[in-house]
Amino acid sequence: MKIRVGHLYPDYLNIYADRGNIAVFLSRARARGHELDVHAIGMGDTVPAGEIDLFYVGGGQDREQELVAHDLAAKSGPLRDAVEHGAAFLAVCGGYQLLGRFYRDVAGTELPGIGLLPVHTFAGERRMIGDVLLECEWAGETLAGFENHAGRTILDGGAEPLGRVVSGFGNDGVSGFEGCRYKRAYGTYLHGPLLPRNPWFADRLLEEALAHAGIDERFEPLPDDLEREAHAVSAARARSRGGRF
Amino acid sequence: MRPPLPLAVEAAAVRAAGTLSRLAGRGGGTTLPGKLLWKLDPAAIDALAARLPQGSVAVSATNGKTTTTAMVAEILRPRVRVAHNDSGANLVSGVASALLQARDAELGLFEVDEGALAEVTRRVWPKALLLGNLFRDQLDRYGELELVAARWREAVAALPHAKLVVNGDDPQVGALARPGGRVFGLDDPRVARPALQHAADSKYCLRCGTPYDYAAAYVGHLGDYRCPKCGHARPPLDVTARDIELRGLDGAAFSLVAPEGEARIELRLPGLYNVYNALGAASLALALGIGLDDVRDGLARFSAAFGRFERIAIGDRRVLVLLIKNPAGANEAIRTLVEGAAPTVAVIALNDGIADGRDVSWIWDVDFEPLLAGLDRLVATGSRAAELALRFAYGGLDRDRIEVVPSLDAALDRGLELTPPGAELTVLPTYTAMLALRGTIAARGHVTNYWERRS
Repeated sequence: MKIRVGHLYPDYLNIYADRGNIAVFLSRARARGHELDVHAIGMGDTVPAGEIDLFYVGGGQDREQELVAHDLAAKSGPLRDAVEHGAAFLAVCGGYQLLGRFYRDVAGTELPGIGLLPVHTFAGERRMIGDVLLECEWAGETLAGFENHAGRTILDGGAEPLGRVVSGFGNDGVSGFEGCRYKRAYGTYLHGPLLPRNPWFADRLLEEALAHAGIDERFEPLPDDLEREAHAVSAARARSRGGRF
Repeated sequence: MRPPLPLAVEAAAVRAAGTLSRLAGRGGGTTLPGKLLWKLDPAAIDALAARLPQGSVAVSATNGKTTTTAMVAEILRPRVRVAHNDSGANLVSGVASALLQARDAELGLFEVDEGALAEVTRRVWPKALLLGNLFRDQLDRYGELELVAARWREAVAALPHAKLVVNGDDPQVGALARPGGRVFGLDDPRVARPALQHAADSKYCLRCGTPYDYAAAYVGHLGDYRCPKCGHARPPLDVTARDIELRGLDGAAFSLVAPEGEARIELRLPGLYNVYNALGAASLALALGIGLDDVRDGLARFSAAFGRFERIAIGDRRVLVLLIKNPAGANEAIRTLVEGAAPTVAVIALNDGIADGRDVSWIWDVDFEPLLAGLDRLVATGSRAAELALRFAYGGLDRDRIEVVPSLDAALDRGLELTPPGAELTVLPTYTAMLALRGTIAARGHVTNYWERRS
């Protein structure tokens, strides 16, 4: 089976090693006998309706993020439709902010988001930088990563976070939540990149992408010795030096 | 308020602290005197710098500042006594320590951390400033590239009389060029890359945001660029490198073409990035009035800056150490390695200390892939050894070929064990891993500690 992946703005939003996440998708899908068909969706490109099983958007520096924000707004309809119809979506860092309703910078200027996730973001004074550990009760798993963001992201009432912060700042440094999930769409500040050391999450996204393509499959686990070791070190870093105000 | 101590008393006291620190076996003690001075009386740093009869020059860049500064020192050595922070301690405290140590210096020659440029320059008021490049590096420490560039613009604006020697091949840095200074760059499309690398940073027009067209891309985003929309382009070059010859790991050569004339430069250091370093060093030296012959001879004598590129004999084997610290620098180290003889065994060390960057995501932006085909065995080491192993595993290296050995000493031993007698082991460490490995090798009697090296 070919899993169709739409990688949004890979030339612009790639600051925190986003290609590592794509490499993990490729390799773990292949280990289960599936191929990945990765399409770059860039400036001015259209989003093919119903033909993408898994979207990915990464983070960029402020300059790059501004360059893409207006183009992304023009793709808002097809991207929201895709998620409503069961496509999986992972958005990291700047990409996460752009999936919310808006991003307001220190000067009060608003960059439009696409309102796919029930959140909004405003810029804070201090950047929130450090290792993070999350507990994802909905999955019975943990996520370990690194965050570096000035944006404070606020969940709408009733919105589901990606996880509860065990150590680190999370969405805003005070709420104790990190990320947001809506249907099969997930937004998070965790990079590092996120997936190599959190392979369960990569597998889950791939299973959801397959479900969108009409295949119901539960993956057999892989040995993942290196992944477990990297996760343990990263989690220990978060416990010993994760950021807090 | 405490009355200020006379400068001489203060300087003597903090120098003694450096000696004590070394005697106590606490590493080089290279920045302790400077840190003390900074704490005691920061204005004393300004006073010490102001005493230098020929003033100061400063060098900054994301990549190559240590090597470039050391090259300038070598060019100047026969003519000028310099105060030079040559162990890579490049914050205000490191500059202060260099000023304290070189009491009879005529000229200050300072490598400056790109994040500390404004802070250092407003104390030492350099008469010339060499700015090499800006790459994404340790976003957790420096912030975004645009922020560092903005700070550089401010620092430079505060120095209206300094001669600016800038790399025109870097859009952000070339934009700082101004009359009275020098712009340098490469002029040899034969050594250009076929395309921009994955991690290329400043690839969008500074003025209008359109992707640049590159007539030649040399290292990362460094090259001959032009915006197809608004026409913003590489500034005209005053000093260029032509007819570049890359000799794998054995060195490089190029023709230095400057207003003063032309000279064939022979380098013992390999790689296009060292051509950039040498070209920057030459441009600064020429701007200071040094003759072409002295520039050529100094660069020919230069062997290596501390830990950046070193070959060390250990028994009947050799160790080749190439520092890696960010995607652009690591890509060039790998390109140079592969153009020589791709290693079959490599020890790669990833630490996540503050000086390395706590965020290790940058390894995923490095193009390690050219190493994979020839690599028989990877020994992944350092505090984030498993993370590095994952980078190679997901990059396509068979997991059976990867050994995770977090202890640096044990990894070095394992690497040597895998290296046949007479052969060379390739070691690619991040900054603190390099310091630790060098310490181990020194403790075994194979190299001299850097704080014992000064004559």
